[in-house]
Amino acid sequence: MSGAATDMAVAGDIITLDGVCKWFGQFAVLKNIDLHVRAGERIVVCGPSGSGKSTLVRCINRLEEHDEGRIVVNGTELTRDVRNIDTVRREVGMVFQQFNLFPHLSILHNCTLAPIWVRKLPKKQAEEAAMEYLSEMRIADQAHKHPAQLSGGQQQRAAIARALCMNPKIMLFDEPTSALDPEMIGEVLEVMVDLARKGMTMICVTHEMGFAREVADRVCFMDAGEIIEQADPETFFTSPKHERCKLFLSQILDH
Amino acid sequence: MSGTAFRSPPVHHVGALGWLRANLFSSIANSILTVLILALLAWTIPPLLNWAIFSAVWHGTTRAACSDAAGACWPYIWQRMGQIVYGFYDFDQRWRPDIVYALGAVGLAWLVIPRAPRKGWAGIALLTLYPLVSYVLLSGGWFGLPVVSTERWGGLLLTLVVAAVGIVVSLPLGILLALGRRSELPVVRTLCIVFIEVWRGVPMITVLFIASSMLPLFLPDGLEFDKLVRALIAVALFNAAYMAEVVRAGLQALSRGQREGAAALGLGYWRATGLIVLPQALRIVLPGIVNNMISMFKDTSLVSIIGFFDLLGVIQAGSTDLEWSNPNTAVTGYLFAAAIYWAFCFSMSRYSAKLENDLAAGDRR
Repeated sequence: MSGAATDMAVAGDIITLDGVCKWFGQFAVLKNIDLHVRAGERIVVCGPSGSGKSTLVRCINRLEEHDEGRIVVNGTELTRDVRNIDTVRREVGMVFQQFNLFPHLSILHNCTLAPIWVRKLPKKQAEEAAMEYLSEMRIADQAHKHPAQLSGGQQQRAAIARALCMNPKIMLFDEPTSALDPEMIGEVLEVMVDLARKGMTMICVTHEMGFAREVADRVCFMDAGEIIEQADPETFFTSPKHERCKLFLSQILDH
Repeated sequence: MSGTAFRSPPVHHVGALGWLRANLFSSIANSILTVLILALLAWTIPPLLNWAIFSAVWHGTTRAACSDAAGACWPYIWQRMGQIVYGFYDFDQRWRPDIVYALGAVGLAWLVIPRAPRKGWAGIALLTLYPLVSYVLLSGGWFGLPVVSTERWGGLLLTLVVAAVGIVVSLPLGILLALGRRSELPVVRTLCIVFIEVWRGVPMITVLFIASSMLPLFLPDGLEFDKLVRALIAVALFNAAYMAEVVRAGLQALSRGQREGAAALGLGYWRATGLIVLPQALRIVLPGIVNNMISMFKDTSLVSIIGFFDLLGVIQAGSTDLEWSNPNTAVTGYLFAAAIYWAFCFSMSRYSAKLENDLAAGDRR
């Protein structure tokens, strides 16, 4: 890729990863990852466990530090500079496998904490916005409970609402339904589909292939630290090119 | 909820009889233990009550009153009460510690009484304004108050000053040390580990001796700290090291996800620490923190080793006084000191239990 082409890509993309590498000790988790995401694009990342999916997503808001390459998010390059990291994190919401709600605070307080302390919103305004997002997630009636009183599905929806309260441009999902009981997966996927329809830029690590088929613009298949296949869902599911990818799909779809 | 619709529990589960059977006589071994303990209590409690109350001398003003007593000599305590409460604080200036005592009592009551308003302000005032006012009142030198040298402070007053300074300084310092020990910056981490391990590795008595006798030898001429200030710094730093390890246990008990959740929302290190990590970590280790505070309160009696007359020191000094010399007076003094220490420590323990309860209620699981 020529320099000019890279710059062009940077200008049009909301997230750019160029040649990103990362090691845990001697183990290479990410090997030369190139990924370009346009605003409003929905990307599903899948692949076998240990392939580096979570690490990839966590590098985008610097929960993990990449060792080589460039990551530019919403025009800000992620470097050691703490101010850049803060700028990026304000614009990038994240939903975790284990929800990571704050158990000592009510759901509403979970949602207003960052808007009040980081965005400096007045308390009343932050609460109004939070209630709006909680109703969108269909858990407005749970606002004054503590996380431990909610079911797993409700907790994950609360976590999504909490991330949305910061009004992010990008949402990252790191296996949002993997810790849920089967009967609760549907309710979480439903609100994620809603969110996708509203045009949110999303990168979602998930094995929910139904979700990928329904909303993804592109599916990225990772194996051993590399993105070995990128395609629109139709192509990805009907005619995968790599053997590894075919094997993975046969395992996960027959299941 | 559905459990209430079911029939009531069988009769032998409820009532006084049910309680006795379940708790004291549930098995043969348990029944034997119950009987043995009752016998032990019957053997020890009546003589103690007899000595402390029924055979004790209650009235009188001189040694003669207790000369042939078979029990405790309480007149000795009444006569010495001034010293026990104020030490050798100038007699005509004792209204100053009185104000300090009263303000402290009001402040604590404010914090403890459940329905008192604006507890946050009470806490802030107690931690900032109160020490300042107390310092000005107790040591004097301002507003025309005559100076009372710290060597004259003593008794309960000194015990409370040392304990309060120790408790109030060691907790925040311990929190900072615990955070530092888990820092990603090698310099900060190493400094905190060295500090904690050095102070934890040295006995409190050694620390006090160094503060009182050796430190002045190292300080340059003209630079001189009050001996009490040196002891206070020593007590605070010593206990901060212990506090740090208790707090660290709480920090480690939190899942990494809590900090990541905060970071992903754009909260920086200090905000994540103050809003998310510490409220949860401190709550987990509250019993350990209060345990430290109670132990610290009792350790204040060690300052008598470097020549201060704290509560225990004053009572011990009094018991060797020829004017009251009598085996019963000495024991009476120690019993009285024990009762005061116990009252303070037990209050701390109850307050922490209440706090734990309130915080758990916040969860309403």
